[in-house]
Amino acid sequence: MKPDAILLRLGELTLKGRNRHRFEQQVLSQIQRVLKPYAAITYKRAFGRMYIDLNDEPFEPIAAKLKNVFGIHSFSPVYTCTCELQSIQEKAVAIMLACIDRPTRFKVDAKRADKEFPYDSLQLRYHVGGYVLQHVDLLSVDLHHPERILTVEVREDRTYLFVETIEGLRGFPAGSNGKAVVMLSGGIDSPVAAWMSLRQGLRIEAIHFHSYPYTSKQAQDKVISLGNQLTEYVRELNLHMIDFTEIQLYLKQNGQENLLVTLMRRAMMRIAERIVRETNSGAIVTGESLGQVASQTLPGITASSENIQVPILRPVMMMDKQEIIDLARRIGTFDISIQPYEDCCTLFVPKSPATNPNLKVLRAIERQLIDLDRLIEKAVQTKEVLTLPRRVEENFSELL
Amino acid sequence: MLYFDFAATAPPYDDVVDTVALTMRDYYANPSSLHRPGQVAGMLVQAAREQVAKLLGIKASEVVFTSGGTESNALAIQGVARQFGATRGKHIIVSAFEHPSVEAQIQKLAEDGYEITQLPVHADGLVSIADIQHALREDTILVSVMHVNSEIGSVQPLAEIGALLRGYPKVFFHVDAVQSVGKLPIDMHACGIDLLSASAHKFRGPRGVGLLLVRDGVELSPMLIGGGQESGLRAGTPNTPAIAGMAKALRLSIEQLGNAFAHVQALKEHLHHRLSDHQEMLGLAFTRNLDPHLTSPYIMHLTAPGLKAQVILHALEEDGIIVSSRSACSSRDERPSPTLLAIGMTREAALAGIRISFGAIHTKNDIDVLADAIIRVITRLRKEEK
Repeated sequence: MKPDAILLRLGELTLKGRNRHRFEQQVLSQIQRVLKPYAAITYKRAFGRMYIDLNDEPFEPIAAKLKNVFGIHSFSPVYTCTCELQSIQEKAVAIMLACIDRPTRFKVDAKRADKEFPYDSLQLRYHVGGYVLQHVDLLSVDLHHPERILTVEVREDRTYLFVETIEGLRGFPAGSNGKAVVMLSGGIDSPVAAWMSLRQGLRIEAIHFHSYPYTSKQAQDKVISLGNQLTEYVRELNLHMIDFTEIQLYLKQNGQENLLVTLMRRAMMRIAERIVRETNSGAIVTGESLGQVASQTLPGITASSENIQVPILRPVMMMDKQEIIDLARRIGTFDISIQPYEDCCTLFVPKSPATNPNLKVLRAIERQLIDLDRLIEKAVQTKEVLTLPRRVEENFSELL
Repeated sequence: MLYFDFAATAPPYDDVVDTVALTMRDYYANPSSLHRPGQVAGMLVQAAREQVAKLLGIKASEVVFTSGGTESNALAIQGVARQFGATRGKHIIVSAFEHPSVEAQIQKLAEDGYEITQLPVHADGLVSIADIQHALREDTILVSVMHVNSEIGSVQPLAEIGALLRGYPKVFFHVDAVQSVGKLPIDMHACGIDLLSASAHKFRGPRGVGLLLVRDGVELSPMLIGGGQESGLRAGTPNTPAIAGMAKALRLSIEQLGNAFAHVQALKEHLHHRLSDHQEMLGLAFTRNLDPHLTSPYIMHLTAPGLKAQVILHALEEDGIIVSSRSACSSRDERPSPTLLAIGMTREAALAGIRISFGAIHTKNDIDVLADAIIRVITRLRKEEK
């Protein structure tokens, strides 16, 4: 049975007051953008709710798109019929029979907007519920703890019925909470941190540090692929490619081996801070997760972010690795992240990096690194900004 | 010249020739190399793999590129035998009329101590499900069946065989689909097929390249080992131009599969209609009926008992009409075709078998020219015979 419409529920839990209208408009414009290929659909507001009329466009691919839109709390496939009691009853039975998991306890919730309709809400509930009970096996009415609520709304022209509720991503509409700079490596964690930032309504500027030719072009393509995957959730994003080679070689030659990773992280943070200011962003987001690697101990994190004057957000800091992996799979970045190309952090890694770097030593070393400021400035100046999505692969569509 | 031997090999699409040439020139690097040109060639091979998979309704990981139908059949049969022969059993079931590339592999396994059950092919050109069920044993590891027979075009009931074999999870189901991929709809997973062979030049792709589709989860022992290409199943530098050309040919064929099928069936019916008007006078017999579910519309087989197939073939060729006497891989053989004998044809009729195989590019007018030539040639030969 093909749904005729979709009922949208937009962040009802998170919102109140005057913001609500703006919020809805933002979500709606994102929905309209992703559903643009489905030319026949129309949008309307009724009963204080948002509906998408499908007008014969297919439900499944549209539902798949809606599942990737932030700010949708949930949505329901809606079936319509004429306003005669008989057709409402038959539609109700068909809907209950089509439920894949065949609930056993249900109740009917009925409303009539059309006061001409010969039955009031209570009578309608009784007539629809009774008819369904007669025609669907193994079903009973449970007014207090139903597994499913079959909602019937009688309007002037058509009657709307729905029983299924599909979870949305929730979160805030794209860009409703400002902008942040996300440090995107090729790993599993940072794309998840980026996605969580997007869900929380941040626009993001992604930055990636590469050490070409010590790292390969494929490693950069991998990050572009990760960024592309994130644009499933947001119209576009900028990816700042920063050539970290010179800084890395300089630190390796002039630093202290076991502090190399911390010195690199400090330099990266300083560059990220520069990009925050340059792009009018409000924070740095990292994929650091406590204890995961040597530099992600509390002292390591303290050392790497010393002197940074903008907030540093670490959304996956307290997440278990498996939770991060599960989320990475769900958002489609996992399979890209596990491609085997090295990123710059895995290059020149000392055998035993310091887990408890000494701030005084670090400061003393950095005082000796007289070229570091200049190299950081150069790295910022020579960055390459890519607007995603863009194809990494060559386009073979004509050839094949 | 009018070419009616598409079942032996089909002329490549012009676009496929272009794709092969462009790929040879622009993507010559080794797809396994780490440098950029190599990576790009690798992406092209991967894009071709994904396209093939999508067109055939399977996963990209289930596509193995080979050098053609013979290698695909060998890899499927030897691959299963070597992987499972020692542990699960040494019994294999094949139909009585398989392509020589299957038959020879089976023969070799028989010499190595495998037991082979040959399924009888009944007069209707089909194997029977009951025969398969009867033949299945505890130690059976493989059932191999040709989807569309290359000589008479009979279409085996893959879905039914697959449904039967679902009850035997240790038995692998291999289908030689060389005459059907790109021509007949074929749903590997719905039919429960584990291994499926195809060859590009039969669907107007380049020669020297083919496919073995290996259902995810099926483990095969490779024949060619070395560089570990094709997930270790087939070592050797991938033939990028041929692979790209094959992906293109498959797309062009499958995009128009339904229309082509109907068109070719109409051509075949037209030829049947034209010839049956003179059937008695010419002493012609049609080997199969016209039901497109039972016989591929792309192949028509007829005989003129008393005449020699070779003589008819050459006489038609003098009129610029190319047909075939039997499967190209055995056409130099003087004996009557075992396929025709297997379906109960007399020796005399079998020696006079003519295979006409069509393509979507043929027109009704081409068929009229063909029908006129057949009528003219056979009338003459019948006179000379007396």
